[in-house]
Amino acid sequence: MTTTFNSAYAGTQRIRVALIGCNHRTAPVSIRERVSFSAEQAAHAADELCSRGILEEAVVLSTCNRSEVYGVSAAGPDPVSEMENFFVRFHGLSSVDLNSSLYRQTGTEVIRHLFRVAAGLDSMLLGEAEILGQLRGAYSRALEHGATGPVLNKAFQGALEVGKRVRAETEVGARPMSVALAGVRLAEQVFGDLRGHSALIVGAGTVAEQAVEHLRNRGIGSLRVANRSLDRAQQLARRFGAEPLAWESVDRVLGQPDIIVSSVSAPGPVLTRESLERAISGRHGRPMFVIDLGVPRNVAPEAAGLYNLYLYNVDDLGEIVEQNRKAREAEIPRAEAIVEEQIRKFESWRVALESSSIADDLRTRFHSERDALLREKLGTMSGVSPEERARIAEITQDLIDRVLEDPTKRLRHGGGMRGRLGAIEAIRHLFGLDESAHTRKGSKD
Amino acid sequence: MGHQLAYLTLVLYAASCALYVRVLYAPQARHGWLPTLLLGAAIVCQYFALLERSHWIHSIPYDDLYGSMSLFAWLLAVTYLGLELFHRNRSVGAFVTLLLTIWTTALRIAVPEAPPPPPVANGPLFAFHVTLNTWAYSAFALSFVLSLIYLVQDWVLRSRKLSVTFWRFPALDVLDRMSQSSVYIGLLALISGASFGLVWRHRLSGSYSWGDPKVIVTLAILIVYAAYLALSRIPAWRGPRAAVLCATNFLIVLFSYTFVNLYLTRFHRFI
Repeated sequence: MTTTFNSAYAGTQRIRVALIGCNHRTAPVSIRERVSFSAEQAAHAADELCSRGILEEAVVLSTCNRSEVYGVSAAGPDPVSEMENFFVRFHGLSSVDLNSSLYRQTGTEVIRHLFRVAAGLDSMLLGEAEILGQLRGAYSRALEHGATGPVLNKAFQGALEVGKRVRAETEVGARPMSVALAGVRLAEQVFGDLRGHSALIVGAGTVAEQAVEHLRNRGIGSLRVANRSLDRAQQLARRFGAEPLAWESVDRVLGQPDIIVSSVSAPGPVLTRESLERAISGRHGRPMFVIDLGVPRNVAPEAAGLYNLYLYNVDDLGEIVEQNRKAREAEIPRAEAIVEEQIRKFESWRVALESSSIADDLRTRFHSERDALLREKLGTMSGVSPEERARIAEITQDLIDRVLEDPTKRLRHGGGMRGRLGAIEAIRHLFGLDESAHTRKGSKD
Repeated sequence: MGHQLAYLTLVLYAASCALYVRVLYAPQARHGWLPTLLLGAAIVCQYFALLERSHWIHSIPYDDLYGSMSLFAWLLAVTYLGLELFHRNRSVGAFVTLLLTIWTTALRIAVPEAPPPPPVANGPLFAFHVTLNTWAYSAFALSFVLSLIYLVQDWVLRSRKLSVTFWRFPALDVLDRMSQSSVYIGLLALISGASFGLVWRHRLSGSYSWGDPKVIVTLAILIVYAAYLALSRIPAWRGPRAAVLCATNFLIVLFSYTFVNLYLTRFHRFI
């Protein structure tokens, strides 16, 4: 999008940013699933909002936990109610169905909300990183469809920067929040890069599957899956490019993997201290990391005392996850500070552009008043020659330019942001610029 | 000028330390390479400070305690920077630069800079001998720091008392490899340095002075560190036990660098 603010919003002065949507805090999944947008629907909805003239710019963000429409309106009636009508109609619902589930925001609050979403502060799992990719995707799609403009471009680029900064400069998204990931991250603290290492997964249930996924994501070198039912082991192994292993072979290969993840349902330990002692003795001193995710425990607790063997069970990992949750929460103020800093940057940009725009509009308004006055007065003055008329027009134009020179400078460059915002509002009010913009837009339509 | 350079070195080490701490807490932060750059700048600055001092005394500055300690700090920083670049891991930097900052501050405060001793024309062999041995000691000091961090990490992993910084520390495997690299550097420097010293001594007096306590302790250091490298490959020793051994070995280095130098030897005494 190469449109500049001034060309996109010339003569409109007030930029109204609005948001309507619902998330996991305001709506149960039964509602959220009814108002979600597919990628195509999101792009189509943004297009439609702009083509119908409801909004100048629009981005639709839809994830499993939220459906939101961000919009910019430059003139006309309240954009929020029009956005709400559109949102409700798009999903074939009535306002009554969604009334208590929707949040409606305008102005700086929209930017704050967007930046907090990008930071992961509004996520179900505090600090989760996935939202940043989803936000980037939603923005890119809207950008490709030409539904964004200078304001949402600036807002979403700012949001992506907030997301990156919060994850880089705070611990909000740093530590693992699931037992499976916590186990894998701990293994990394022993072995470093997992690419040259191997793992054995004992079990093929949901938790084992999570561990396999995390190990694969972190580039584990080789992976084997053993399960009592070889079929299930084969299924899981196929999905993640692992090697299936017969249950009877587990003891034989126990010394080979660097990481063992066990998650089977068994009344007693599946891996005894003796079997692990044999395994570790054949490893030439290389350490072994054992993650026991089973309840009852799959690994004999006495094995924790073996030299160079690190054993973590589900309670240990649960405690770590709890510690991590608290640590993430403790980082919220730092993340919020980054959000506020970026909001100030955005607002400063917005005020600069609005100042520039209102100064131009004020000048246009004065010139049109002057033209009308000259037409009215000079029309009745028959003794004025064309040269004199031109001279009078020139002088009055100079007068307007001279009178507006200092206020324009002050609007564009002077004072703090709050002072300039106050001045903009005062000028709008005193000179009725909103009304005149409205009238002009109405007459254009 | 020498003082300004020394103070600038101190400031750069301190700034580098502060940024390494930042990297420890926010490894993805922008400009993560900045602490390394500042450490490099501190090394360059300290090099010029040492160079100036060596111009002043017409020798490598190891003849007095101040010069010797400065040279030690500089070689420690150089060794660490090499290891950081080789192993591509910055998380130990906070500890090493903290040590360097304290060391350099202590040098500025505690050791009054007395006029350097009159130059002794010992020749290049002697200069290599002392410089390489100092380098060896600094590399062993680094392996000591790395082994201590290893042992703390291992204890944290076993006790499950995971702190904020735990997740930012290098993996045990990386610490182990960095420590071994450091010991390799130290051993190579010590063997070369000791050989230069023996040749120099032989040229000077026709004997090798095998009975000198410093020579005996140096041989002991060679043996214990070689034993560390050998044992760290044996299953029963690999891991925390090898780290304990490496950390303990450094006590002999400290003994050699301080007590032996100051009280037991005639040839290796600081002036």
